[in-house]
Amino acid sequence: MAKATVAALRAALDAGQQSARDLTEAALARAKSTQSSLRAFIRLREEGARADAAAADARREAGCVRSALDGIPVAIKDNIAMRDEVVTCASPILEGYVSPFSATVVEKLGAAGAVVIGSTNMDEFAMGSSTEHSAIGPSANPWNRKCTPGGSSGGSAAAVAAGIVPVALGSDTGGSIRQPASFCGVVGVKPTYGRVSRWGLVAFASSLDQIGVLTRTAADAAAALEVIAGHDERDSTSVPQPVPRYTDALTQDVSGLVVGLPEEYFVEEGVDPEVLASVREAVGELERAGARLRPVSLPHARYAVATYYLIATAEASSNLARYDGVRYGHRAAGAHGLSDLYRRTRSEGFGAEVKRRIVLGTYVLSAGYYDAYYRKAQQVRTLLRGDFERAFAGCDVLATPTTPEVAFALGEKTDDPLRMYLSDVYTVSANLAGVPAISVPCGLVRGMPVGLQLIGAPLDEATLLRTADAFERLAPQHVCEPPDPT
Amino acid sequence: MAHITRGEVEHVVALARLSLTPPEIDRMAREIDAILDYVETLRAVDTTGVSPTSHVIPLATPLREDRADDPIDPELAVANAPEHEGSAFVVPAVIEGEEEG
Repeated sequence: MAKATVAALRAALDAGQQSARDLTEAALARAKSTQSSLRAFIRLREEGARADAAAADARREAGCVRSALDGIPVAIKDNIAMRDEVVTCASPILEGYVSPFSATVVEKLGAAGAVVIGSTNMDEFAMGSSTEHSAIGPSANPWNRKCTPGGSSGGSAAAVAAGIVPVALGSDTGGSIRQPASFCGVVGVKPTYGRVSRWGLVAFASSLDQIGVLTRTAADAAAALEVIAGHDERDSTSVPQPVPRYTDALTQDVSGLVVGLPEEYFVEEGVDPEVLASVREAVGELERAGARLRPVSLPHARYAVATYYLIATAEASSNLARYDGVRYGHRAAGAHGLSDLYRRTRSEGFGAEVKRRIVLGTYVLSAGYYDAYYRKAQQVRTLLRGDFERAFAGCDVLATPTTPEVAFALGEKTDDPLRMYLSDVYTVSANLAGVPAISVPCGLVRGMPVGLQLIGAPLDEATLLRTADAFERLAPQHVCEPPDPT
Repeated sequence: MAHITRGEVEHVVALARLSLTPPEIDRMAREIDAILDYVETLRAVDTTGVSPTSHVIPLATPLREDRADDPIDPELAVANAPEHEGSAFVVPAVIEGEEEG
């Protein structure tokens, strides 16, 4: 089970060696047996998953298999709504909230026959880089229990790395899929802004949020993204372009591919030199297979983290205004009047990091500071987008490290928000520019996984997946398992 | 306190409808000041004449056909409310003069 990919599980189903019920029982059992050490899940959906698996088996028997994911156990991050199921964003303020509707991605998974076994742990409202800001406590990294799996989609990354499920959905606002994928040695894709519908994703920063997938291989990511991508009229930011067959794009051919190396991301400053060496080696593999390397410059990349934290917190302060104790979620007792109800409810219901971001975001939007902070950040965002446009005029993909270091120890950065934010230094640019990016494992440093980040032109997920898949075949040793994933 | 004063933090906390204890305010002021110190780097960027990006995808406001649809059942819509009566949310009385600006 631990080595299971979508491809391997589908082969077992096709050969009649295992049923969807077998796979679901195994996934549930593994989720439970690893929960005390990894805390990858916030809750399991046992009865619903068993019923869905039985239905998948019945379809297979009747000869009407719906997709590559039919009967395959998957997990969703706990900020993605599923009808009649609890969704909390790992926050006390949403404790017990039962969603009256399903996210579009959940409907699409269901239509494809995938079996949702549960919701994964995360930083509260996806604000964090370690899952330590979760109401249920942090997840651990399957490669080393003393380390963080990253965040905010840390539970999803841990669940895939530990072999519980071959596919988990995450969300990525500034790196929340790619950074945990890198830390846990799995593949993580943040699609182009607008490629995947966000209907049913609890909003954090609406101009940056995007749903994506975490898997063990690029081929599995292609299969899963093919299912969840596409236009949705319920999300006004959804792009109407048709979805290519990503699985058909995996030609394993990178000859002639132009790989841009942003010089700002290859300076030996604020990065573990061994991580950088590992990424350089990965890029060398692509070159030996026929790709052409080209130095490029993203002169505004150095401003990305500052720009990101102004824009993301401003949007968060607005989005999180809805948690007021009136329509859903926690309500404080003993309030005197409506304003007191708001204050007490929000103060009791939000954790420290969420409050910090709400306060910062409210400040940068407030009278007298809007132009100096928020508008300035939006202008720098325009310049950064221009950097990417110029780079993609001469390159097919850009290659960078995903993170400046391997997974850090639990507790190491919880007292220093700014240091935690800098964990996203290589990932936030793709969100600000709205372009797609993938993290693929490219080695180990001191026994912990390193991620190679590939960034693509808008809507060109196919080239990213092709490059990542080709890299896995060129360097198959990097597709690997934690030594003791139990 | 180079960038933000304790008083400003208190004001913003009130605007955000939060309430923090005095030690929490002190800590928040320190942390936000450190973050604002970091974002000062943006001042070095010349943004004269640069239009702000509020959205990365150049989409016009998408329109759809105006048709009757099945809205969410009102009973379901209030099912998560801490308190409701029929299909209405119940809130405490909005008492006069209890709010600052």
